[in-house]
Amino acid sequence: MHIHSMISIWFFIGAILTVYGAIICVANLVLPAPPGVVLSNLHAGVWWGGFLFVVGLIYTIRFRPRD
Amino acid sequence: MTPTTTRLFSAGAVDLVVVALYFAVVIGIGFYLKRFTKTGEDFFLAGRHMTSWIAGLSFLAANLGSLELMGWAGSAYQYGILATHWYWIGAIPAMLFLGIVMMPFYYISKTHSVPGYLKLRFGEGARGLSAITFAFMTVLMSGINMYSMALVMKVFLGWDINFSIWVSSLTVGAYVVLGGLLSAIFNEVLQFVLIWAGAILIPILGLVEAGGWHEMTQRIATRLHTTSYTHLWSTLGSFTDNPMGIHWTGIVLGLGWVISFGYWTTDFLVVQRVLSAKDLRSARMAPIIGAGFKMMVPFIVILPGLLGLALLPEKLVGESQALATGGHSYNEVLPLMLARYCGPGLLGLGITALIAGFMSGMAGNVSAFATVWTYDIYRAFIRREASDRHYVSIGRWSTIIGVIVSIGTAYLVPQFKSIMDYVQALFSFFIAPLFGTVLLGMMWKRATPAAGFWGLLAGTVSSVGMFAWVKSDPTALRYIALSPNAKAMAEDMYRALWSWCICVLVTVVVTYTTRPKPVSELEGLVYGVTKIPHEGDVPVWRRPAFWAIVIAVVFVIVNIIFW
Repeated sequence: MHIHSMISIWFFIGAILTVYGAIICVANLVLPAPPGVVLSNLHAGVWWGGFLFVVGLIYTIRFRPRD
Repeated sequence: MTPTTTRLFSAGAVDLVVVALYFAVVIGIGFYLKRFTKTGEDFFLAGRHMTSWIAGLSFLAANLGSLELMGWAGSAYQYGILATHWYWIGAIPAMLFLGIVMMPFYYISKTHSVPGYLKLRFGEGARGLSAITFAFMTVLMSGINMYSMALVMKVFLGWDINFSIWVSSLTVGAYVVLGGLLSAIFNEVLQFVLIWAGAILIPILGLVEAGGWHEMTQRIATRLHTTSYTHLWSTLGSFTDNPMGIHWTGIVLGLGWVISFGYWTTDFLVVQRVLSAKDLRSARMAPIIGAGFKMMVPFIVILPGLLGLALLPEKLVGESQALATGGHSYNEVLPLMLARYCGPGLLGLGITALIAGFMSGMAGNVSAFATVWTYDIYRAFIRREASDRHYVSIGRWSTIIGVIVSIGTAYLVPQFKSIMDYVQALFSFFIAPLFGTVLLGMMWKRATPAAGFWGLLAGTVSSVGMFAWVKSDPTALRYIALSPNAKAMAEDMYRALWSWCICVLVTVVVTYTTRPKPVSELEGLVYGVTKIPHEGDVPVWRRPAFWAIVIAVVFVIVNIIFW
C-alpha cells in the first residue's frame, strides 16, 4: 500500500466541516427558527456554523494535497 | 416492527442537503481508498500503517455507534447518572489495561484477529468456537445499529423504517466492500468528528435552559421524588436504593471487571482497530488516547438523557409500550432533545451525527465480521490454501452477506425493553467467557489447549442457560442477580460475572488434568515467556505508561466529583 501518496483523513474532515459550517451559518442567518425550537434567541446555529467553518478551513489548508 | 409514532419535527431542505452531502462523502471516500486496498493485509488490517491518533479515534468510534449514542442516552433517562458507569469504570481501566498489558501480545504475535490469537495459544477448537460466536454476535449488533438508525429516520424524516434500514445499510456495505478496514477507519474518524460537532450543542443549550447542573438535579429530584438519579456511587449500597436495582458489587465486578475488560480487550470489533497501528508504541498509545476521549463522551450522551428527565414535558416509556401506545420511548430521548434546540442546518448536522454513529458502529461490526469469517472460519475450516487475492474477494463477499444477515436481526430489537438491555445480554453470553479464556491464555502458561476450549464452551453455554432460566422462571432472578428487585441491566451484569467464573473454573480444572504446551511454543503469546521490546530512549511524556497514569488520575477525580 503506497500510503504516502494518500490524501490525509484530516483534509476530508476539514473540507466537510467547512461546507457544513457555511451552510449552517448562512441558513440560520436567513431562515427563521422552526416553531418549538427552544432558546432560538441565542442564535446558536450562527455561532456554531461560523466556528465549524473556521476550524474546517484551517484543517483544509493545513492538510491539503501537495502534489 | 411497525412503529405507530408520528414524526415530531420536519427536517427542512437545508437539513436534507447536509445529510445528503454526508452520504456522498462517505461513499466518495470508499471509492478513493479502493486503489489502496490490494492485499489481504490492506483490506483486513489497513496495511498496519495507522498512527496512534487515527487508530485510537477509530478504536473509540467503532464503539460509538448509534446504540451508544441513543441507547445510553435512553438508559440515562431510564436509570439516571448510573449509566455513566458504562463509560467510566466500565471502560477506562480496561482500555488502559489493553494498552499497557495486553497489546504487546496481540501485536507481537502478528495475529489478524482475536480468534486468531486463540488459535496460536489454544488451537483450532477454541479458535473455531470463538469465531462462530463472534460472527453471530456481530450480525446481531449490526441489527441494533440499524434499528437505532431507523428510529432517527422515523422521528425526523418520517421515512419508512424498512427503507431507512436498506438505504443506510447498503451505503455502509458499499464503502466497506470498496476499501475494507482502511475505508472503515477513515470514515470512523470522520464520523467521530461529526458526532461531536452535531451533538455537543444539546448539553450546552440544555444546561442553559435548565439553569445549570445544580438546577437540573433539583428538577429531576422534584419530578421523580428521589435524588438517586443523579448520584454515581452513593446509592449503590443496597439493591433497592437506586433506579437500576443493582449493588456496587455488580457494577465493580460484573461491569468494571468482566463485561468491561471482556469487551475492550477481547472484542475483535475494537481490537482490530488497534492492530492496524504502524508499530507497537502506536498500538499501545491508541487505547490510551481512546480512553481520554471515552471519558468525555458522557457529556454528549448521558447529560442529554438527564436533561430529558428534567426538561421534556412528556414521560418516555419502554420500547414495546411506545410501539403499542404511539408514545415515545427512552431510546428517542436524544433525537427529541436534538429537535428541541436545533434550527435549520443544525438539525441536519445532528441527524448526520446520529447517522454517522450508526454507520461507524455498523462498519465496525461488518469489517470485523468479514475478517473473522475469512481468516478464522473460511480459511481455517473451508479452504486452507488459496491466493491472497481470493481471500480479499471472500472478504468483500462476506461483507455483503454480513450486511444482509444484519438487516434480518434488526427486527429482533423491539422485543427488548431497552436497546442496551439487549446489548448487555449479548455481551454476557459471548464476551464475558471469552475474556476468561484470553486472560488465562495470556497470563498463565500452564493453561492447556483443551482447557481453553472447554472453559470457553462452558462459560458461553452457562450464560445462555442462566438467561433461559430467568425467562422461563422469573423467580430465578433472586439467584442469578442476588435480588428479586434487580432490573434487566443488573441481571446482565451478574450473569456475565457468573459465566466468567464458570469459564475460569472449568479452564483451571481441565488444565490440571491435561497436558500443557511446551514453553517454546508459547513465546510471543504468554506473559513470562515473551520478550517485550524496550521503548528506547524516549522522553517520559511520550511513553504510554505516563499517559495511562494521567488518564487514571482524572478517572478517579471525576468519580469522586459525581459520587
